[in-house]
Amino acid sequence: MALQTSKRVSTWIGGFLFVVPSIAAVAIFVYGMIAWTVRISMTDRISASIKEPKFVGLQNYTNLISDTRFTHAFENLIKFTFLFIVGTTIAGFIMALLLEKGIKGEGFFRSFYLYPLAISFIAMGTVWNWLLNSNVDADAGGLNLLLQKVGLGFLQNSWYLSENGAAYALALPAIWQMAGYVLALFLAGFRGIPDDLREAARVDGASESKIYRYVLFPQLTPTLFTVLIILGHVSMKVFDLIIGINGKSYVTQVVAVYMWESTFDQRNYAKGTAIAVVLLLLIALIIIPYLRWVIKQENENR
Amino acid sequence: MTAELLEKKPTAIANRRKRSGKEQFWLIFRYASLTFIWFLIVMPIYVLVVNSLKGVKDVYLVNAFDLPKGLDFSAWPISWSGGDYFSAFSLGESLARTLFFVIQSSIISAIIGSINGYVFAKWKFPGSNIVFTLFLFGMFIPYQAVMIPLVQLVTNMGINKSIYVLVMAHVIYGIPICTLIFRNYYASIPDELIEAGLVDKASRIRIYLSIILPLSLPAFVVVLIWQFTSAWNDFLFAIFLTGGSPKLSVATTTLNFITGSSNQVFYGLNMTASLMVSLPTLIVYIFLGRYFLRGLLSGSLKG
Repeated sequence: MALQTSKRVSTWIGGFLFVVPSIAAVAIFVYGMIAWTVRISMTDRISASIKEPKFVGLQNYTNLISDTRFTHAFENLIKFTFLFIVGTTIAGFIMALLLEKGIKGEGFFRSFYLYPLAISFIAMGTVWNWLLNSNVDADAGGLNLLLQKVGLGFLQNSWYLSENGAAYALALPAIWQMAGYVLALFLAGFRGIPDDLREAARVDGASESKIYRYVLFPQLTPTLFTVLIILGHVSMKVFDLIIGINGKSYVTQVVAVYMWESTFDQRNYAKGTAIAVVLLLLIALIIIPYLRWVIKQENENR
Repeated sequence: MTAELLEKKPTAIANRRKRSGKEQFWLIFRYASLTFIWFLIVMPIYVLVVNSLKGVKDVYLVNAFDLPKGLDFSAWPISWSGGDYFSAFSLGESLARTLFFVIQSSIISAIIGSINGYVFAKWKFPGSNIVFTLFLFGMFIPYQAVMIPLVQLVTNMGINKSIYVLVMAHVIYGIPICTLIFRNYYASIPDELIEAGLVDKASRIRIYLSIILPLSLPAFVVVLIWQFTSAWNDFLFAIFLTGGSPKLSVATTTLNFITGSSNQVFYGLNMTASLMVSLPTLIVYIFLGRYFLRGLLSGSLKG
């Protein structure tokens, strides 16, 4: 009982005072700054020379729709997101499937599969820039060279310099980095399934593949949901990976990179903030339902 | 919770018996697949390491995968100091400076997180759950959505060239995740412990200091490592808040290094610089990977 929130102020006011600084910081620097961003996005502050910006409503947003550079960046983001989510989910799931029963050396494999998550993408950009180099045949280095060596030379291509595939090519390093995360989530999902379920199915004479198909996989649906949400929101934010490999080149620009360019090179804060707000809305769209789902689950488990 | 599940031993390994031919085949298949994936995952770091040992000039794309002919460390001191190649800045200084500010921000974050976590788990106030949810949302936002006002603010205050701006940014925007990790950790401590303290007329602060805090070491390690890694690897705040100055954070220095300040690109130096920048977080991961994983999984709210 002592821990229930009581109506008597004296029991909780102390704790509240301790978190007031954090609440203020989050209120100002998260929510206040978002509000300020929205405000700038509705003004005509399109260059550094405009000292007293005027209110222009949603003009900057409608401008984005007809801005081919923005739609190009958006298209790239969709392509990137598609391959990144599909590739990372499948790769992580396969890794979990290979490890889930327990195997000698599991710790060894798992540690290696997860190390990419600890490394800066700006630093890894140098290597991926090489691995995804567009030279082919005798001049090839990187992946093109590897493909030749294993007899898949016909798969060589110009990766992030290709006309339509640039955004897809940059999903490869992203998959490399995040597959371990998905592995960890799915592996925990597998290990969370009570052993009785598996045993019962086995006693009933179900084959191993049927056990996976009808007993284990359905249990992993919530995990899959979590995986998709996490990957989706990570993908929307992708920024340093792109910059590290290909800078702000037009071919591989995504929304976050275009936002940076608008803000820094063009000093167009109105456009920069409008793009940022679009990004925020996209993420809110997937994160808010997710937060509600997680909180509902937590309350049910109590 | 999720992190503990990973450590759980699967039953299949516990009751081992003689394997049938089919099982034997699958075991070999699994090892072969795991090894294949291992090679794919290790390849980029392999390329970094071998090419950082080939000196300054012997590094070409076509022999990217070849082992070095001998161990040539000459690229290391040049990458560290900038040498004649990059007179404008020194990566070594940047590394030291970044290490200094990243450690500071991690420690401050951990202290704040611990206090917040205690309140949100064991000393709730009316509306604390709603406030906590609002914190959580702050964890997921794209920081672009706060960046321009933030840039204006630090520029107007004239502190946009200071490394302390980055300390503050990482502390403030790290509040949600640090609070979450501590709150989940403290939620697993039985309420009875605190009730016993209250019965003994100990104050809530006393209880925190003498009961909760001594139990908190694992959560501190998780938060310190998490904040260290994310601040070290951060590029977004560094590039916006310091205007991309190569002299402040290691991320922006590296970018300047890679894109090159001279006309000629020295791949050997680039590879060495990249490896140098990756080493601190990699070392932390090698020794404390388990705790890093916990931080990672809390980020999905499933920790």
